[in-house]
Amino acid sequence: MTQEFRLKDEGLIDRSKKISFKFNGKKYFGYEGDTLASALIANGVHLVGRSFKYHRPRGFYGVGVDDPYALVQLIRNNETIPNIKATEQELFEGLEAKSVNCWPNVNFDIGGINNFLRIFLPAGFYYKTFMWPKSFWYRIYEPFIRKAAGFGVVTHEHDKERYEHKYEYCDLLVTGSGPSGLASAYSAAKNGAKVILAEDKPRFGGSLLTSEVTIGNQTGKEWADKIVTELKEMPNVVVKNRAQVFGYYDHNMLVMSERISEHMPKTEKFMPKQKLWYIRAKEVVISSGSIERPIVFGNNDTPGILLSSAAKEYMKVYGVLVGKKPLIFTNNDSAYETAIEFKKNGINPIVLDSRKELNSDLITEAKNLGIDIKFEHVVVNANGYRKVKSADIAKISEDKTNLGKIENIACDCICVSGFWTPTIHLASQSGGKTKFNEDIDAFIPSQSKQNETTVGSANGIFNLNDTLKNSFEAGYELSKKITSKENKLSVPAVVEKKNSKHDKFWCVPLPKGKKYKRFLDFQNDVAVSDIELALREGYRSIEHVKRYTTLGMATDQGKTSNLNGLQLVSNIENKVVPEVGHTTFRPPYTPVSIGAIVGREVGKHSKPTRKSPMHSWHEKNNAVFVDAGLWLRPRYYKKGNETLFDASKREAENVRKNVGVCDVTTLGKIDVKGPDAAEFLNRVYTNAWLKLPVGKARYGVMLREDGIVMDDGTTTRVSENHYHMTTTTAQAANVLSHLEYYLQIVWPELNVNVVSTTEQWAGAAIAGPKSRDLLQKLFPETDCSNEGLPFMGFIETKLFGVYARIFRISFSGELAYEVNVESDNGNFMWEKIIELGEEFKIQPYGTEALSTLRIEMGHVAGSELDGRTTPFDSSLEGLLSKKKDFIGKRSLQKEAFISPDREKLVGVVPLDKKTSIPEGSYIVRDANAKLPNPKLGHVSASCWSVEYNNPFSLAIIKDGKNMIGQKLFALSPLKKKSIPVEIVSSHYVDPKGERVRS
Amino acid sequence: MLFIKCPYCGIRSQNEFAYGGDATVKRPELNKEISDKEWDDFVYNRKSPRGKHLEFWHHISGCRQWFKVHRDTATHEIFKTLKPHEEL
Ligand SMILES: [Zn+2]
Repeated sequence: MTQEFRLKDEGLIDRSKKISFKFNGKKYFGYEGDTLASALIANGVHLVGRSFKYHRPRGFYGVGVDDPYALVQLIRNNETIPNIKATEQELFEGLEAKSVNCWPNVNFDIGGINNFLRIFLPAGFYYKTFMWPKSFWYRIYEPFIRKAAGFGVVTHEHDKERYEHKYEYCDLLVTGSGPSGLASAYSAAKNGAKVILAEDKPRFGGSLLTSEVTIGNQTGKEWADKIVTELKEMPNVVVKNRAQVFGYYDHNMLVMSERISEHMPKTEKFMPKQKLWYIRAKEVVISSGSIERPIVFGNNDTPGILLSSAAKEYMKVYGVLVGKKPLIFTNNDSAYETAIEFKKNGINPIVLDSRKELNSDLITEAKNLGIDIKFEHVVVNANGYRKVKSADIAKISEDKTNLGKIENIACDCICVSGFWTPTIHLASQSGGKTKFNEDIDAFIPSQSKQNETTVGSANGIFNLNDTLKNSFEAGYELSKKITSKENKLSVPAVVEKKNSKHDKFWCVPLPKGKKYKRFLDFQNDVAVSDIELALREGYRSIEHVKRYTTLGMATDQGKTSNLNGLQLVSNIENKVVPEVGHTTFRPPYTPVSIGAIVGREVGKHSKPTRKSPMHSWHEKNNAVFVDAGLWLRPRYYKKGNETLFDASKREAENVRKNVGVCDVTTLGKIDVKGPDAAEFLNRVYTNAWLKLPVGKARYGVMLREDGIVMDDGTTTRVSENHYHMTTTTAQAANVLSHLEYYLQIVWPELNVNVVSTTEQWAGAAIAGPKSRDLLQKLFPETDCSNEGLPFMGFIETKLFGVYARIFRISFSGELAYEVNVESDNGNFMWEKIIELGEEFKIQPYGTEALSTLRIEMGHVAGSELDGRTTPFDSSLEGLLSKKKDFIGKRSLQKEAFISPDREKLVGVVPLDKKTSIPEGSYIVRDANAKLPNPKLGHVSASCWSVEYNNPFSLAIIKDGKNMIGQKLFALSPLKKKSIPVEIVSSHYVDPKGERVRS
Repeated sequence: MLFIKCPYCGIRSQNEFAYGGDATVKRPELNKEISDKEWDDFVYNRKSPRGKHLEFWHHISGCRQWFKVHRDTATHEIFKTLKPHEEL
């Protein structure tokens, strides 16, 4: 396959490195340095896809980020990636891409029928049609739209690529490496500032790569190369290409996506595909340049029609001709550079200039080269379906309303230039104001809100001399503010061509009797007639017009369409553009991969994993783990073919019969110290704390100010002014913040300090009738008798020489102890317990058995204290002190909280003593009542009672205490179950609590 | 992401902090008889203004101190940060 449109030696591509690639299954060749777009154009391929709404043929309109519609599906290293811009995707060996939006294929597309039915698809079509009838939406409209629309297909596979995040701080972030960016970065860097220079393209230099200028004694490109080389060598400068600064957020934080490996066939090992940079910059220089504006005419979306600047860049950077019979349509001088470039490459362009004949450096040069120029002429309509074949052109009157005789001329491409639109997205995202500049018919940044300065053509300055002068100055002044240095560089002399004034003309009128579609927004298929319709239908605000017509939406964000849209609205409304205003620019400027946003926070890396010091023992002993917040806890220890049910039942039974040990390291632990610690606890907990003696533990409940139970746990007085508080695993962090809030803000007069000690202690709960015997073996020197260590007692002692704390507390309802040692000794403690416990038939037990034990004892936990229950609801009213005030007490007087039909904690047993009740089931009176069946409450936790060998659940139901003895139903529509049950006391086992005191 | 000056640690990124609500609300004194309305105003009723707002933040991944931030809720501009018992 020859590259018919490739020039012989122009361009910055490497012709010695041939690259093969596939597009829609067909094999082509390009060169290293090509984009997919330039390589396709070199091969004469201009049809890349179909448009979103009308499925019209789509080609290339731009050459990079400016292109609104050259979107393809990329297949790289066996992964399929949608929404890839062919003008940005660099070519690599073996690249494969496919058209999107076409079915069955790009040349024959069924949706293209929409194009002929387009009278039925005007603005607001989706709103009007698909809203009615409602039932049609899921069955008919949505599947149809999903199949016919969209910019590609997302894979259902897991993204195997790696993405990274980086946080960076700098003095000056420069967004774009055109002349203004290079000058600002260079001048600031030379003045000692820490600079990051970001360029979204692979090549640095921006417009200097394609313009015919001299800076000092070098060409623009030579100068750019020299500056970039020098910047790269400076230690205070980071220079990044393929890096798009896409968002400007609060407090001068900008986000940049760096494409590390997308230009390669696959990502190298240990390398990310993309890196997202979060950059906090003291100052930002926005040097994002400008994008050429289209002129609107009939069928101006036909493939082969593109921006004149793009045509020039295809020649000068990629050595590619976009056509061999070019027509150039302009309202300003810059398109003459394209015409001259064609001519230099042996192609004869025709220039249509909407202006009256005039002269300038460029026009004179074009005339001298013998280029055919037709002044006061416009393209009225483009002919051709899959590629432009000819143009209808006409003379236009001075007031731009009347067309002369229409003439048809053959052409294979139309290069359009409607002057330039500054890229003000970042400046506007920063919260800064914009203003309309009449000289250039476009918005430019005005008053800044954050520390940003816009330079060069992004600020509406289109000549190089002023650009360099201002940018050198900006770089110097901004760096001086930060570094206080005064190393000022002189601005190099510039030779450039002077431009004449552009024409404000932007839209060609329709000839009488013709109804050509004239497109404004190429990505979203929004035509002049759509905007006219929206306004006729009463939409006035530009934000509403945007949403109704989809103008400027989606990934393109109106890069080429915004201003022409505003021009049209202001013309119809008889306003000027600044009165209409522009829609809000929002990040991201260009699409960002979800993978890049997520970064490394995927799978196991999405949160930290906390492991107890005994984790490896659990692993070695077949523990099956469960996530408990960030912690991994053994759920059960599997023996042979046991199921979760078998194992947890065995473990719980062994606790009731012999002795078990459970890793309770994960419980939150907080040291509370200071002379006012007792007073503080007295305010934090609902019960009394002032008289707790040293060496004793007490169970406590704390409320939020709204009266809802926040957490519970035991707190032990270790010494006069030192308490050891425990919290539930889940609430540990919240409780600490809560305590700090009251100590620092509400009661700063209390002399108390709190600190988390969760990770300082390893904890083992030893529970069961034989636990005392085991404890005595573990601590032979210590008196572990009921008198020596009574219920709720605490002692400090040594475990075979290792400092240990023993708390006689119980969650399981059995005689139980909790032993704490410093974390580093956790494994030693655990192994000793297992070793010495062997004679008592000790077994480790996991969270499932732990739940079983606490449920059948009626101890509340997270599933009951769910952020909705008061102490009354959870049978904790016995812990409410009447004598003192505490956090949340005043709320308990609330009428709703003391209402008799409040839901309260009860026990539930199935009548058949066999069927387990799913957690979350409703409790109802009548299983067959008409829906909605009045709900009495819900089942919060279920277990298999090892004490009675039947299922048992806790539930929170209306008027709970008076319901005991009633026969009701537990309904689980989810599990399709209706179970007859009896309401019993929540204290199913050992209601008097004798075992813990035994 | 905001850039917040902790009065104890200096300027840090927002992800080190947790928001802690309206800082103009004062908890009623303990053991004081108050009306339902006063209590509800303390527990529930907040103004949520557009514009200047004095609020608590907690430097949870830093010094663990609570402090006040005077912030514009619409623009996120931070005018001042103060220790909990300093007044504007
Ligand atoms: Zn701090």
